Amino acid sequence: MDFFDRFAIPHPSPVIYASMVAIALTLVAIVAGVTYTKKWGYLWREWLTTVDHKRIGMMYLISALLMLFRGGADAIMMRAQTALPENTLLDSQHYNEIFTTHGVVMIIFMAMAFIMALMNFVVPLQIGARDVAFPRLNALSFWLYFWGAMLFNISFVIGGSPDAGWTSYFPLAGNEFSQSVGTNYYMIAIQIAGLGTLITGINFIVTILKMRAPGMKLMKMPMFTWSALITNLIIVFAFPVLTVALAMGTIDRLFGGNFFTTTDGGMDMLWANLFWVWGHPEVYILILPAFGIYSEIIPTFARRNLYGYKSMVASIVLISVLSFVVWVHHFFTMGQGAMVNSIFSITTMAIAIPTGIKIFNWLFTLWKGKITITVPMLYSLGFIPIFTIGGVTGVMLGMSAADYQYHNTMFLVAHFHLVIIPGVVFAMLAGLTYWWPKMFGFMLNERIGKLSFWLISIGTCVAFFPMFISGLDGQARRMYTYSEATGFGIWNMISFVGAIMLAAGFVTIVYNIYYSTRYASRDISSDPWDARSLEWATHTPVPDYNFAITPQVNSSEAFWDSKKNGHKLFPGNYKEIHMPNNSGVPFIMSAIFFVLGFALVFSIWILAVIALLGIFACLAHRSFEQDHGYHIPVEEVKETEEKLGGARQ
Amino acid sequence: MKVDQTKPLEYSTEQNNLNILGFWMFLGAEIMLFATLFASYFTLEGRTGSGPSGSEIFEITPVIFETFILLTSSFTIGLGVHAMRLMNKKATIAFFSITLLLGLAFVGFEVVEFFTYIEEGAALQTSAFTSILLSTLGTHGAHVTFGLFWGLFILIQIKKRGITPETANKSFIFSLYWHFLDVVWIFIFSFVYLKGMM
Ligand code: HEM
Ligand SMILES: [Cu+2]
Repeated sequence: MDFFDRFAIPHPSPVIYASMVAIALTLVAIVAGVTYTKKWGYLWREWLTTVDHKRIGMMYLISALLMLFRGGADAIMMRAQTALPENTLLDSQHYNEIFTTHGVVMIIFMAMAFIMALMNFVVPLQIGARDVAFPRLNALSFWLYFWGAMLFNISFVIGGSPDAGWTSYFPLAGNEFSQSVGTNYYMIAIQIAGLGTLITGINFIVTILKMRAPGMKLMKMPMFTWSALITNLIIVFAFPVLTVALAMGTIDRLFGGNFFTTTDGGMDMLWANLFWVWGHPEVYILILPAFGIYSEIIPTFARRNLYGYKSMVASIVLISVLSFVVWVHHFFTMGQGAMVNSIFSITTMAIAIPTGIKIFNWLFTLWKGKITITVPMLYSLGFIPIFTIGGVTGVMLGMSAADYQYHNTMFLVAHFHLVIIPGVVFAMLAGLTYWWPKMFGFMLNERIGKLSFWLISIGTCVAFFPMFISGLDGQARRMYTYSEATGFGIWNMISFVGAIMLAAGFVTIVYNIYYSTRYASRDISSDPWDARSLEWATHTPVPDYNFAITPQVNSSEAFWDSKKNGHKLFPGNYKEIHMPNNSGVPFIMSAIFFVLGFALVFSIWILAVIALLGIFACLAHRSFEQDHGYHIPVEEVKETEEKLGGARQ
Repeated sequence: MKVDQTKPLEYSTEQNNLNILGFWMFLGAEIMLFATLFASYFTLEGRTGSGPSGSEIFEITPVIFETFILLTSSFTIGLGVHAMRLMNKKATIAFFSITLLLGLAFVGFEVVEFFTYIEEGAALQTSAFTSILLSTLGTHGAHVTFGLFWGLFILIQIKKRGITPETANKSFIFSLYWHFLDVVWIFIFSFVYLKGMM
C-alpha cells in the first residue's frame, strides 16, 4: 500500500472527489462511444497519425478550447471565493492551487495552443506552401503539447496540484515549502509541452523562410505570416532559457540540488531572473500573433490596404528585440538597486513606442475605410481601446519607483488581464470566426457571435476595471480572502459579476459552434469575406495538398490583385504532387514522454528508465526509417479539383 | 526526389536544404541553452556553501586530455565530411569511426572525472556551485553521449546504403552538431576550468 499512498491527494475535498468520478466517467464514455461507433480505425488513421498541418491546427484548436474551459472554471471559483469578504467557499490551500493552475493552463495550454492552432492552419496556406517544412515534427510538437497538458491536468486528482503560483518563485516552490508533488508536475509538464513549442518554432521559421510561393519576397508576406515568423524566432531564443530553469527546478526538487535553495549557496533570485528572461518574451509570443491577426482582419473589413506595412514590420521586429531586455520590471521591488531599476524602467517604457505605432497604423487603416461590422471586426475594434488601457497601465507599472505601490496588487492583475484578454483572447476568437469557414466549410452565426462579443468585452471591463481601484487601495493579489473593514468587498463583487458575464460569453461561443454546425449553410464560396491573402485562393474545404498549382505572387495582396486587377495567380498545368506519409511515432513517443513525466513526478525511477529507453527506441526507429512520402498522380489532382468546383485561376 | 547535381550532395534536394537550415535554427536554440547555463554558472560560481571551490577540485591533466581528444575528433569528422564529398565511402566510414571512438574516450574521461568529484565531496547536492558545475558539464556530456548513438546509426546507414543524398545530409548535419559541441567545450575549458584554476 505504501507505494500507492503517494498518489493520494494531500488536501482533498468533495469537489475533487466529484471531479475524479467525472473524469473517470468521461473517459469511459469516450472509449465506449468510439468503440460503439467503430471509430478507432478512423481516429488513428485520420487524426492520431496525421501530419497534415490543417488537421494538426484543428486538434490544437479543440485542445485550446477545452483548456479555456478548464482555466475558466478555475477563474470562476477564484472570483466566487473573493466576491464576499471572509468567504469560506475555498480554503487558502485550494485557492493557491487554483490560481496556480489557472495561470499555467491559460498561458501555456490555452493561449499558446490557440496561437499554434491558427498558425498551423493559416501560415502554410498564406505563403502558398503544401505543408510545413517538417510535417512529422509538427505532429510531434502537437502531441508533446497534448501529453504535457494531460500530465498537468491530472495533477488535481492524482498527487495534488501545484500551488506556488504560475511564476513558481523559489524558495516557496522548493521542497521545504511545497511538499506535495504538485510543483513537480509544474516543472515537468511545462518542460514537455515546452519542448513541443520549441520544435514548432524551428519548424515554422524554416517553413516561412524557405517555402514561400515564388515571388513572395519577405516584404510581400502577409502580416500574420510576418508576426508568425518573428514569434517563432522569439520562441527559439526564449524557450531554452525556460528549459534550463525548469531543469534546475526539477533537480532541486527531485535530486536535492542547490540552485534555488536558501542554503549551501543556492540563489532564489536566479529562478526569478531566468523565469522572466523567458517570461517577458513569452508575453510577446502571445501578443505578436494577435497583432498579426488584427492586421489581417482590419484591412479586410475596412476594404483598404494595411496602412504602413513597413512600419508594421519594423515595429514587430523592434518589439521582439526589446522584449528580451525588460525582464527585471517583474521584480523591481526585489532588491536590484536604483541604477538597474532605472535602466529597465526605460527599456520597458520604450516598448510602448513600437506598440503605439501599430495602434496608430490600425487606426489609419480604418480611417476613411468602408467598414463592415462583422464579428471578427468587432473584436478588432474592441481590442484597440481596451488593450490601450492595459498597455498604458503597463507603462505606469514600468516606472520602477511607482511600481513599489502597484506591485503584487490587484492593479497588476488588472493590467495583464487587460492586455492579454483583448490582445490574445479577442484575437483568437476573431481569428477563429474569420478562418472558421476555411477550416470547416460553413460560417459561424453572426448574431450569436455578436452576442458573445458584447458579453465578453463588457464582461472583461466589468471584471477587471474594479481591480485597478481595489489594487490602488492596497488589495494584494493571490490572497484568498480579506476582512470586511478593508472595503474591498464591493469591487470584488463587481468583478465577480464581470466574470459571470465572461463565462456566459464563452458558453455562447460553444452554443454558436453547435448551432452553426447544425443549421449554417454549407453552400458558401471559398472566399466568403472577400479577403486579400492566399489562404482564400484555394478551395473550401482545403484539399490535402492545399494548392493544385503553386501560386505566383507579385504583391503583398496577390489574391486581391487576382480578383481585382487580373493578376494570374495559378499559371501552368497540374503536376503530380509529393506528400508526406502519416506516422504513429509522434503520438506514441509523446505518450511515452507522458509516462516518463509521470514517473519523474512521483520518483518512480524504474518506470522512468524504461520510458526513457522507449523514447530512445522511437528516435532510433526514426533514424533508420526510410520514408519518402507518396505522390498524388495528376489525374487524381484533376479529379479532386473538379469535384471541388473547378480549377482556380 | 529532384536531385540538383550542381550542389554538394548534402544540399542536393529541397528537403536536404530544409533540414540543414532547420538544424542551424536548432543550434540557435542550443546556443541559448548553453548561454543560460554559462550565465547561471558565473552567477553561482562563488557560492560554494560548505563545499569545495573550483580551484580545490579541478585537475588540469585529465581536462587537457579531454580537450585534446575532442578537438581531434572535430578534425577527424571534418575529414570524414571531406571524404564524403569525394564519394569515398571507405574513408568516410573510417573517419566517422575514429570520431566516434574519440568521443567515447572523451565520455570515459568525463565519467571518471565525475566520480572523482563525488569522491572528493563535490556532488550535485553539495552546493550551488557544484550543482551548476555538474549540470553544465553533464549537459555537454549528455550531448556527446547522445551524439555517439546518433553517429553510430548514421555510420551503419552509410555502410548499408552508401553515400546518398540522404545519408550525406545526415552526416553533414551530424558534423555540425559535433563541431558545435566542440565549441561549447572550448568555452567550458576556458571559462570553467582555466578560470576556476586561476
Ligand atoms: C506597453 C506594454 C507593456 C508594458 C510597459 C508592461 C509592463 C509590465 C510591468 C512593469 C509588469 C510588472 C508589474 C509588477 O509586477 O509590479 C507587467 C506585468 C505583466 N504583464 Fe505587462 N506590460 C506591457 C504589455 C504586456 C502585454 C502585451 C502582455 C501580454 C500579452 C503583458 C502581460 C503581463 C503579465 C502576464 C504580467 C504579470 C505577470 C505576473 O506577475 O504574474 N504585458 N507588465
Ligand atoms: Cu514583462
